[in-house]
Formats: sequence, structure tokens, C-alpha cells
Amino acid sequence: MPDKIKFTVDGKECQAEAGMTIYEAAKANGIYIPVLCHYEGLKPVGSCRICSVRVNGRWMAACTQPVTPGMVIENASPDVEEYRKAIIEMLFVEGNHFCPACEKSGNCELQALAYRYQILVPQFPYLFPKKDIEAFPKFLLEHNRCVQCQRCIRAIQAPDGKKVFAMKHRSGRVRINVDRKLAARLSDEEAQKAMDICPVGAILRKEVGFRIPIGRRKYDRRPIGSEIEEKK
Amino acid sequence: MNYKKILQKYRKDRTRLIEILKEIQAREGHISEKAIICVADELGLSRAEVEGVISFYHFLSARPLGKYVVYLNNSITAEMAGREKVALAWEREIGCRFGQTSEDGLVTLLETSCIGMNDQEPAAIINGVVFTSLNPDKVKKLVGWMREGRAAEDMVEETGDGANGHELVRAMVRNNIRKTGPVVFGEYVPGQAIGKALETTPECVIDEVKRANLLGRGGAGFPTGLKWEFCRKEKGEQHFVICNADEGEPGTFKDRVILTERPEMVFEGMAIAGYAVGARLGILYLRHEYTYLRRYLEHVLQKMREQGWLGKNIAGRGFDFDIEIKMGAGAYVCGEESALIESAEGKRGEPRDRPPFPVQKGYLNLPSTVNNVETLATATQIITRGASWFRSMGTPVSAGTKLLSVSGDCERPGIYEVEYGLTVKELLEMVGAKDTLAVQVGGPSGNCISEAGFGRKICFSDLPTGGSIIIFNRGRDLFSVVRNFLDFFIEESCGWCVPCRAGNVLLKKKFEKIASGLGTVQDLKEIEAWGKIIKSMSRCGLGQTSPNPVLTTLASFRELYESRVNKEADFIPEFDLSRAVAEASAITGRKFQEEQDHA
Ligand SMILES: Cc1cc2nc3c(=O)[nH]c(=O)nc-3n(C[C@H](O)[C@H](O)[C@H](O)COP(=O)(O)O)c2cc1C
Ligand code: SF4
Ligand code: SF4
Ligand code: FES
Ligand code: FES
Repeated sequence: MPDKIKFTVDGKECQAEAGMTIYEAAKANGIYIPVLCHYEGLKPVGSCRICSVRVNGRWMAACTQPVTPGMVIENASPDVEEYRKAIIEMLFVEGNHFCPACEKSGNCELQALAYRYQILVPQFPYLFPKKDIEAFPKFLLEHNRCVQCQRCIRAIQAPDGKKVFAMKHRSGRVRINVDRKLAARLSDEEAQKAMDICPVGAILRKEVGFRIPIGRRKYDRRPIGSEIEEKK
Repeated sequence: MNYKKILQKYRKDRTRLIEILKEIQAREGHISEKAIICVADELGLSRAEVEGVISFYHFLSARPLGKYVVYLNNSITAEMAGREKVALAWEREIGCRFGQTSEDGLVTLLETSCIGMNDQEPAAIINGVVFTSLNPDKVKKLVGWMREGRAAEDMVEETGDGANGHELVRAMVRNNIRKTGPVVFGEYVPGQAIGKALETTPECVIDEVKRANLLGRGGAGFPTGLKWEFCRKEKGEQHFVICNADEGEPGTFKDRVILTERPEMVFEGMAIAGYAVGARLGILYLRHEYTYLRRYLEHVLQKMREQGWLGKNIAGRGFDFDIEIKMGAGAYVCGEESALIESAEGKRGEPRDRPPFPVQKGYLNLPSTVNNVETLATATQIITRGASWFRSMGTPVSAGTKLLSVSGDCERPGIYEVEYGLTVKELLEMVGAKDTLAVQVGGPSGNCISEAGFGRKICFSDLPTGGSIIIFNRGRDLFSVVRNFLDFFIEESCGWCVPCRAGNVLLKKKFEKIASGLGTVQDLKEIEAWGKIIKSMSRCGLGQTSPNPVLTTLASFRELYESRVNKEADFIPEFDLSRAVAEASAITGRKFQEEQDHA
């Protein structure tokens, strides 16, 4: 067995294999670090910053930072949790999220995180941005709900490796840009994959919806993070 | 147009996408849908990806622009120098607003972030040519020439000093070198340093730079010798030296002057760095705003090749090293070293996650050292004169001299080469600043200090700066300074991460609430807390410093904020209903406020 790396999370002694990120290493020890843009199997991009932890006094994104020996990681300190809550709130005010009318409600990771962090009213003023809905042959892109996690960019590619989804513009104007030609060639399965991988209700299959009634969906049954925390 | 021919010229090299797009735009005025499709197909990219690159950069455009494109700088020093009047003159003369193109398609008016001309504002870039010290009369004259169809280059009536007047530059830009020092503007004979370096081993070169205690001049202050050593130790089929000439921090313009007057010193420094780290190629990443220097710099490179200081078998010692110039396309974040590398590879200038650091996986994922223009020029002098000479200047921690770009309220704005350890007070006297209210040290991402801090020293352990010094006198409204800086960060955020992208917009909203007198003590607490969240959670240095305009003015001028907030009220809504309907009330003759009060 290769050498194990020793580190602590909130004072708890942990061990993990070299090469793991802080997120993976914590998970292997039954500790949940909340993530939103990260998705198992995709290269992490560190865009949402919800997984931020404090390591020896410095802030780092757990999904991108490799774990190193002797790290003293704070995951549950009040200000760490408070800052994460602020990020979730920023995402709510930066978009237009009306959960009761959203097909993703109950399966949405942003909504599930908001429940976990007991957000009732965000501390920030709503920005009410003007964003559009775009239609493609197999799916809709609801820009109002997109959190710019880049999961779609990373997960869906054309057979020749070209990007179907890409970032456009910069600053608060960034949008996910879909290549119309390539999108038209996506199979039903790929469109479904895009919808499933999108953490929120931004990518929606056409002509199917509300198959599982609200109330019986993923996070209606188990809160986000519980699958990791229950393994302990 | 034959796009394929352009693509062939660049050997269909994906890393040259920005150059390809720039060439198309230079010929056609914009990058059309047809061009996008062709470029995407030929380079094996999706159309969405090419659109992503175009839309990221300020100076690339997928929409048609006028025959003349005016980019008027919107930095705070431009505002202080009368930018508003100049902007109005443009709009009046052209007959359209900023952001628009005139009906006849002749002129497009656009704004842009700091173009590195703070000591000669208001300034603008028109079809790649820089125009400084504008006023409404000059605008009128320029517009007249545009109507006659005169080329922008031919609108330059008088060229600036030094190499600004060189036939390959012909710019009206002035150097304004007010104080020379022994290092960058010291005695210098080109070719000596590289010859001397090649007589020793790369390790010796690194040791000398380490002994000199040279710290990076670009802002972060990382020890240069150590960076070179790390880079040298990394395995890779090739190593690279990258000179960071993006100079985007508002208020900095010293790299521009170094490149104008001391280009050989910079290129020699790159060759020395190349020898030290084991690189054969150096890249000068030059910001788009300095395009006017490009032909001249190419010419200098060619001359250096001819003299045997660059190219094959330098100084007859078997060392090969050459330099190519890559252009930026307008994005402040591209000054951040990993974003710069992405941009140099022809992509959107979005920072990378670190580790791996550029010295491990940099340009083309190969070991690369990224150094500032001034750092490399300084290294050249260290090699010629030795580490102890260098350490005899400055302070024990901050050895040597620093070029300061001074602008704002003072008699002699311009470039000053000073020894580290100079106090702000001494600097203010040197530049002829009177009645000073505040000094912005290190640009918007740096520190705003009040008189209480004028005894502080400019050096890495007290007040570090990449070179930007902006002075505000007592007649200035600090809130408009903060507002300008916050707008800058909002616009220049790459948009990748949430705290920087959304947080800065929210911070500005809160700031406006306080500035307009609707804030409470609670709002002051919140703005400070939000600033800390953005600093802590952001992904790169841009977001990590973007709340500084608020946080540092709050620290230095708290009373100013306190005088604006309502001390009694616990909560005032951001939305002031009576104010919002005041105009309508006036028109209808109904008194909204009183009705409410009596209801
Ligand atoms: C947003 C941002 C912008 C930057 N802009 C510049 C720049 O214009 N020029 C520069 O030399 N360094 C800039 N830097 C610092 C670079 O990342 C890097 O530290 C520097 O180029 C290293 O060179 P040095 O060690 O010689 O200073 C910037 C950093 C950040 C975070
Ligand atoms: S995407 Fe998620 S958070 Fe947004 S409206 Fe839908 S369910 Fe709510
Ligand atoms: S569309 Fe969905 S998956 Fe793609 S970036 Fe937006 S939120 Fe993420
Ligand atoms: S999960 Fe780590 S930054 Fe989004
Ligand atoms: S977008 Fe650059 S720091 Fe977040």
C-alpha cells in the first residue's frame, strides 16, 4: 500500500492517498465538504468556491487543491460555513430562481444546498438580471438558472472532441454559449446526460418533464451531503 | 476575403488564434459570422469556442464597427483631467453615444479601462494610434479629419520625446521621465550582461540574482532567483521565458517607458533568464494598448540578432535564444501570470488553478518563468554590476530601485526611479504634490492611504507597489474614486468564479447605498464583511484584491463613510419610493410623500 498522507479536518485525524484533492480526501474519511461545480469524473474547475476550506490559515478550494501531509483543514468553523452560505446566496440573487415553477426542484443541487444552509432570505439584494431562454432541438437552456459551473462544457463534447458548450463574454455578462450546429447532432441520451449533469434547472429536455412528482425527488428524500456523512 | 490564406500564414496554429482574429478584424473591421465559421473549421474548434475567445477580449469584435474606432480611457486620472467634457465633445461631434456607431458608419465610440497614459490624460486609442491630453477642441479637430478620411497615423501632429519620435513609433506619447536612477535608467551598454552571463554557468547566474535579493517588480514580489531555480529544476522537453508586459493595473505606465527607452535591457534580461532556466524561446506578451510599440520592438529584436545578442550561438558561446512578441487583446486579468499563459496560447484569458504553477506547467504545459518587464531589465543590470552593488541600494528586505508611475494631483506626473525605503511624504515633495488628501499606492488593487500614513515607506515590507501611485488632493471626492475602481473590477472580472463575478456587483450596490446617504451603521458592517468574503473566496488575485478600494478607504477614511450613514436608523431600504416617484409626482402635481405620511 502506498504511503498514506496524514492531515486533520476540524481536529479529526484523517488519512488519505497521495494525489487526492482535499475534497476527495475528506470524503474518504466520511467528511462532507459541500460542492456545486465539482462533479465526480470531470476535471475540477474551482468556479463556485462553495468548497472553500481554510488550511493553515489560508483559503483554498477543496475540489482543486491537492491534499498534502500535515494540512490542518477547517471545514466547519463558523466563518467558513458563513462564507459558503454567502456564496449560495450570491448565486440566488445573481440569477432568477423561482423554485416552485422549476422542473429541477427537488433534484436541484443549489436548492438542496440552500436547504442545508437554511437560507430563507438572502442577505444580498436581488439583481434581477435580464437573461434569456434558448431553445435547441433536444433541450432548452434556461440562462436565468445557470450557475456557470461549467459542468456541461466539461461533460458534453462532439465525437471529434469539439466543445458543444463554451463560455461567452466575461464579468457578470458571462453566459454559456451553445454551438447550434453541434447541439443539433446530440443524441437523446447525450441531451439527457447534459440535463442530469447540470446541477440546476438550466438544461432541460424538451417534451419530458415532471415525470417524478415533486416531493419524491432526490433531495426531497435525503438532504444533500447525507450520502457521505452517513457512511461514517 | 480569403480567410484560409490568413490561416495558412499562421500555419493553422491554434495558439495563434488571437493573432488570426486580430488580422481578420484589422482587414474587415470586425470578425463576421463567416469568418468565425471558417476559422473554427480550419482550427478544429467549435464555433462556440471561437465566439468565446472573441467575446472575452475588449478589442475583438464580432459586430461591425465604424471606420474609426475610438476607445476613450475611463480611468480615474482621466476623469480628474476632464474626461467628461471630452466624452461629451465626442458624442456631440459624432452624433452618437458611447457604445454606438454613428449612423453613417464612420465612427464607433467605446470606453476602455486604463491604457497606461495616466500622466497625459484624457487619452484615447483610435485605430491603434494613441492620442493623449485630449480636450474638446482637439476632439473637434480629430473629427474633422475623420470626415476628410485622414488615416489615424496622419493625425499625429507632434511626436513625443525619445524613441516615441522614432520613425517606427511616431507616437505623441511622452515619456515624462522625471527622475532617473542607477538601475533601469543607469549606465548601460547593450550586450555586456549577456556576454558576462554566458561566461559563467546558469547556476552562477541564478546565484547572483538570488544574492542580489531581486524581488519581482510586477506586484507579487516573488524572489526572481528562486523562481528561475524552480523553473530550471523542472523537467520538460522545452522551457520558456515570458516577459509580462500586460501592464494593466490602472495608474501604471512604467513598463511602457522601459520598453520605449530601454528595450535592449529587457530583451537581454530575457536572454539571461533563458540561459538560467534552460529556455531557447522567450515570449514578450505585450498588451494590446501598446501595439504602437510593436514594429519598433521587432526592429530592436532584429538589430540584436544582427549583433549576435539573440538568435543562434549568442556571443559565440553556443547558446541559442530568440524572442517573439505575442499581443494581448484587452483584458486586465491577462496580467495574472496563468491567465497570461492561457491568452498566449490563444484562449480566453482565464486564470488556471495552482498548483501546478507556471514554473511547473506553464506555456504549452511546459516549465515557464513569467517575469515583469522591470524585473528582467533589473536582472540585466545585476549581472553587469553585481549583487553587492545592487544591495547597496534600497532596504535590507527590498534591495535596489523601483520605477514609480506617478499621476493625479501633482505638478510633475511621470516616471521616477527611486530607491526602496522612500517615504510617501518624500515622494509627494519630489513630485510637487500639495494639499494631498490621499495616495493610492499600487493601483486599485493596492492601498489607499491618508495623511496618517504618509510616513510609511515604499517597499515590500510596508507599502508594496507594482509602480502605480495616484495622488488625490483635498478637492477630490474619494467616493468617486472608489466608484471608478469598483467599476473597473466589475468589468475586468473574468467571470469564472462566483465571489468575484457576483460579489463585486453586490459590493458596489452596497457602496452606492452608503454613498447616496441611505446607509446605516449596519450597512457599514455588511460592506466590510462582504469585502472579506470576496477576498477570501475568490479564485485569483483579481478577486482577492478587488474589494480593496472599499476596505482600504474604510480603514483610512472611516469618518468619511460615517458622515454619510444615518446613525439613528436601524434599517433603511435600498429603494427609496418617494425619491423614485418624485418626478412623476412633480408632473402630476400630487404630493406623494405627504399622502403617505398622512395615510
Ligand atoms: C489581476 C492581476 C493582474 C496582474 N497584472 C500584472 C501586470 O500587468 N504585469 C505584471 O508584471 N504582473 C502582473 N500581475 C502579477 C503576475 O501574476 C506575476 O506575479 C508577475 O508577472 C510575475 O513577475 P515578477 O515576479 O517579475 O513580478 C498581475 C496579477 C494579477 C492577479
Ligand atoms: S435551478 Fe434550482 S435554485 Fe434555480 S429555480 Fe430551479 S430549483 Fe430553484
Ligand atoms: S448550463 Fe447547467 S451545467 Fe452548464 S454551466 Fe450552467 S448550470 Fe452548469
Ligand atoms: S466545488 Fe469547488 S469550487 Fe465549486
Ligand atoms: S473571476 Fe477572476 S477571481 Fe473570480
